[in-house]
Amino acid sequence: MEATDRLFYGLVGLASLAAIAACTWIGGGAGAAFGLFAVLVLAGSLTCIWERSVVRSAFCLIGTFGGTAGLFLMLGSDFLAMSQILIYVGGILALILFGVMLTPPDLTERKLPRVMAGLVAVGAGVAFVAAKVAATVHWVEAATLAEPQHETEQIGVAFLAYDQYMIAFELAAVVLTVALVAAVYVARRRKIDLEEEGAEG
Amino acid sequence: MTMSFLALAQAGTPVEVASGSNAFLEGLRAALGEHLPEWALWLGAAGAGVALVMGLISVVAMFCVWLERKVAGHIQCRYGPMYTGWHGWLQSIADGVKLLLKEDMIPRDADRALFMLAPGLVLAAIVAAMAAFPLAPGVFFADLDLGVFFVIAMSSMTTIGVVMAGWASNSKWTVYGAMREAAQVVAYEIPLGVSLLVPVMVAGTLNMNEASAAQADYLGMGWFLFKNPFMAPAFVLFFVAALAETKRAPFDLPEAESELVAGFMTEYSGIRWSFFFMEEYAAMFLMSAVAAVFFLGGFESPLTHFVGQAFGKELFVQGANGATELNLQAIPYQAVAGLTLLVKTFAGIFLMMWLRWTLPRIRVDQVMTMGYKYLTPLALVCAIGAALWEAGKQALSS
Repeated sequence: MEATDRLFYGLVGLASLAAIAACTWIGGGAGAAFGLFAVLVLAGSLTCIWERSVVRSAFCLIGTFGGTAGLFLMLGSDFLAMSQILIYVGGILALILFGVMLTPPDLTERKLPRVMAGLVAVGAGVAFVAAKVAATVHWVEAATLAEPQHETEQIGVAFLAYDQYMIAFELAAVVLTVALVAAVYVARRRKIDLEEEGAEG
Repeated sequence: MTMSFLALAQAGTPVEVASGSNAFLEGLRAALGEHLPEWALWLGAAGAGVALVMGLISVVAMFCVWLERKVAGHIQCRYGPMYTGWHGWLQSIADGVKLLLKEDMIPRDADRALFMLAPGLVLAAIVAAMAAFPLAPGVFFADLDLGVFFVIAMSSMTTIGVVMAGWASNSKWTVYGAMREAAQVVAYEIPLGVSLLVPVMVAGTLNMNEASAAQADYLGMGWFLFKNPFMAPAFVLFFVAALAETKRAPFDLPEAESELVAGFMTEYSGIRWSFFFMEEYAAMFLMSAVAAVFFLGGFESPLTHFVGQAFGKELFVQGANGATELNLQAIPYQAVAGLTLLVKTFAGIFLMMWLRWTLPRIRVDQVMTMGYKYLTPLALVCAIGAALWEAGKQALSS
């Protein structure tokens, strides 16, 4: 492990512990849980960007997705949390790994200007999201919202009712199917390619 | 999330079990609430629940290893293990001691952190999934509204652990095993989920306790398998997809001893290696349990029905002073119901073992063809057909 790696992981670890401690101090048990999940999301994303090996980066996303699922759980949204795990960790992450597993790690030295550029980008993103959240979220209202009841049923009904999301839902399915067929079309081996290969071999 | 760690554990304590509050936590609070702070009670309840689930997984894995060796032996006209105890029943315990004492080896060029993390991740995912397994109608670790969806989501996380193990070992066999696992699980998750939609549609719930209770009619034989003509093919599809999800033969391509040494776990030894085995058997157990609950009647059988009629079913009743009381008379019913589910689950496990020692391993392209070209369309046909059948039934009855 390089010195910069050690410094980075040490900083992330200390910051995580500090954040969890602060959340526990403020919110008690629920605060500790929130701190844990939020730290999982943030630390997972940061190490994902930092890691030089693409596969390790992909594995860091487990923390991000799992933490997001935990946050959904804390909001009383069991169905969303489980969908997050089933689709993102079990499906999409497995596909990402399948794609990048044979990519060799880029072990060239870290270029400091790029790290700086990354930091600027991250800072700008955080500032934007913070401004957006501050402008749109009504904290007093949010604190008094009740936990959703029979949420799975509500989501199902919302997707199948004419006046809600049915058209968007079906259109999304069509778009995904078209994308899938297109990917197969691009990746398939055409007859001409096979004949050329036969001529060479 | 509604959690209730082992509702039986707090005999006589007045608690609301029906609302799904954490009965074990309530019991702890009643016993030790004055001496311990709230967070310690939470940790105690959670720790006890995790310990119970871990114990269940260990026992199931040890029993299944012994069963697999006996089944394999008898199918091949041998006895299997015979020397360690009566018919070798102590063999798994002896093997466990050996595995615990083995040297923990990590290859020099492996990715140390991920190599050590992978077996733990696999085991953690399956422990979480196991929490949804109901022991009896009134005795469960967690009565989840999402039930089977939770099981499927959590057991899909084991894939990541297997891929991690394969990649971190840094050997060509393990990487091939990991790639096969990723491709196979992504391919078979779709037919697995879609074929499970058929009974879920008929039951109208994902909760495993409620789904089982919905099959109690016709003297305990109102199993979903008989309630819809599309259910039997859906059951076969589910079982085949579950075999592929749990990496069992004829779909054990990620391990494939004849091609890949031991696939993704080639470089593992000792207790880390045994974690993968525990995961495999726990996953078999869970998939069989889901099949039993959603196709084969769950807790319900004629025996359960008559015992329930004779002794009463409710484990918790309203007492004279309005407090909830433990109904000791319901214990025979609860025990028979739990045993019924266990027998059905182990019948499924036995079928999986039987298939393993009967069918040859299929090729990797055949696995993909079967998943994408046959199982997925067939599962979709079953789901649509079952939906139309149910809609027609409702239209006729109204």
